[in-house]
Amino acid sequence: MKKRPVFTEKLLKLRRPAGRALLTVVLLLPALTVILPVLLLLSGALMDAWELGGYIGTVFTDGTEFIRWKFLPDYPSFANYGRLLFETPQFFVLFWNSMKLVVCILAGQLAVAVPAAWGFAVYQTRAGRGLFALYVVLMLLPFQVTMLSSYLVLGRLGLLNTHGAIILPAVFSTFPVFLSYGGFRSIPCQMLEAARVDGAGEITIFVRLGLPLGKSGLLSAMVLGFLEYWNLMEQPMAFLEDKALWPLSLYLPQITWGQAGFAFCASVITLIPAAFVFVIGQDYLEQGIIYSGLKE
Amino acid sequence: MKMERKKRKYFCLFVLPGFVGITAFVLLPFLDVAKRSFTTAVTGEFNGVKNYQSIFQNQAFLLAVKNTVRFTLVCIPILVGAGLVMALMLSSLKKKGFIKSLCLFPLAMPTATVVMVWKLVFYKQGFLNLLLTRLGQWTGLYGEVHMDYLGTGAAFQVLVASYVWKNMGYTMILWLAGLSGISAQMIEAARVDGAGGWQRLWRIVLPNLRGSLFTIVILSFLNSFKIYREAYLTAGAYPDKSIYLLQHLFNNWFVNLELDKMAAAAVCTGGVLMGAILLLQRLWEGSE
Repeated sequence: MKKRPVFTEKLLKLRRPAGRALLTVVLLLPALTVILPVLLLLSGALMDAWELGGYIGTVFTDGTEFIRWKFLPDYPSFANYGRLLFETPQFFVLFWNSMKLVVCILAGQLAVAVPAAWGFAVYQTRAGRGLFALYVVLMLLPFQVTMLSSYLVLGRLGLLNTHGAIILPAVFSTFPVFLSYGGFRSIPCQMLEAARVDGAGEITIFVRLGLPLGKSGLLSAMVLGFLEYWNLMEQPMAFLEDKALWPLSLYLPQITWGQAGFAFCASVITLIPAAFVFVIGQDYLEQGIIYSGLKE
Repeated sequence: MKMERKKRKYFCLFVLPGFVGITAFVLLPFLDVAKRSFTTAVTGEFNGVKNYQSIFQNQAFLLAVKNTVRFTLVCIPILVGAGLVMALMLSSLKKKGFIKSLCLFPLAMPTATVVMVWKLVFYKQGFLNLLLTRLGQWTGLYGEVHMDYLGTGAAFQVLVASYVWKNMGYTMILWLAGLSGISAQMIEAARVDGAGGWQRLWRIVLPNLRGSLFTIVILSFLNSFKIYREAYLTAGAYPDKSIYLLQHLFNNWFVNLELDKMAAAAVCTGGVLMGAILLLQRLWEGSE
């Protein structure tokens, strides 16, 4: 890790420890807004219905007294987890739907977007630059603008109400192209030239040099992609009528307040895979964000 | 010349498969939608610009456009500014890993999970009002607060706050990347020449971050459309009219199969967005 120059220190003369401590405290305030919700979910998921009802009953009975909370439940229980995991088959179906969608989309993107990014990064032609600009614009268009066109084409292909309707359009998303492009551009072209001189074919160069050296770009695309597609909402709501095909992200909103304990558990379990990917992929996540900000 | 041809051949080999998919799933269908925007929904007869006229006389469309523009104009400056302040503060800390992780974490939190917490926080008798009430009692300035945040115009502020909360980490990382691109020698040189702290910030750091600014604005803009998820999950398809966004309208048209209006609105929105992006790109290149 390269040591980065420290600006504000020089700017604001924050050399004294007191100044730095103050700064940490100021920065921790927004951090609290992240920690507290997570603690809220974790503790709520461990409460039984009776205790939870005592604290947040006011929300679903429309009462006038304030909500209350204890971060350490008086009567911790795993009953809600048990019911959710062992007695709710629907939850499992949706969980695996989500997994299937995410895995298929990411695999497809690896197969389609990564070679495309390599093509844009290494074989720069005039037409290529124009096309790349088009890709950037497509990347920035929100789902709603292309919703009708996707609907029409999916209908024509007979894919509506199947997982294909979610997977195929996402595979051809241009966002991973852009991120992987960032990774491939960081490979010095002399290195590729040297490989060519040594007689390596173009495909070999891509597989043996490009993929290992540019992996930060494609891994960052995978991490950002996972977080995005684990959270799919608009697409399944529009293209999947059959609720048995829905992903987990649409299950939670269906739970009523009467089953709040259940909702807490489902929240926690929805959060776990995303948090896991976040923890193991954080460096790539950061790298991906930086690549997403690169200019061509 | 041979090199050029070889280059083109491999470019096609790598890019073409994806491009074929994009053509099939995005480009051709969009042309179809553009064609449909000039026809009637049921019979498919040509009816000129009537669809366009009807959407621009449609109250819901005008409201949605107004709200979406208002949301974008309010939340992007807040996010970009707050992100810069956070990044500047963070860059002076030695151990920034922990705070950086915490700020990024909302990006990983599934919307459904977040919304569940928001409902408890912003409820009439929820955590925020509880906190405000306690604060009021402690200072003795005011009594109990029972503000309804989600069912009134305050929903707009809640949405802005939620957006800033979610995207703060993303923006901060982009700013930090921009900051690390400024050479420390330049700042040091300015210091030696007698420039004060604020002067260095205004004259050297901020002008050098101009390139990052354009990127950050574009990406914040892209992410601002995703706020629909939060809005939809907290308030449903017909929320308070202060947060009725274009995304709600598209969805409701879709559900009611008003495809002619949808086609016209998709062409307009797509056109405006493309114009905005190209304009920003132009400015961006002009700034170098």
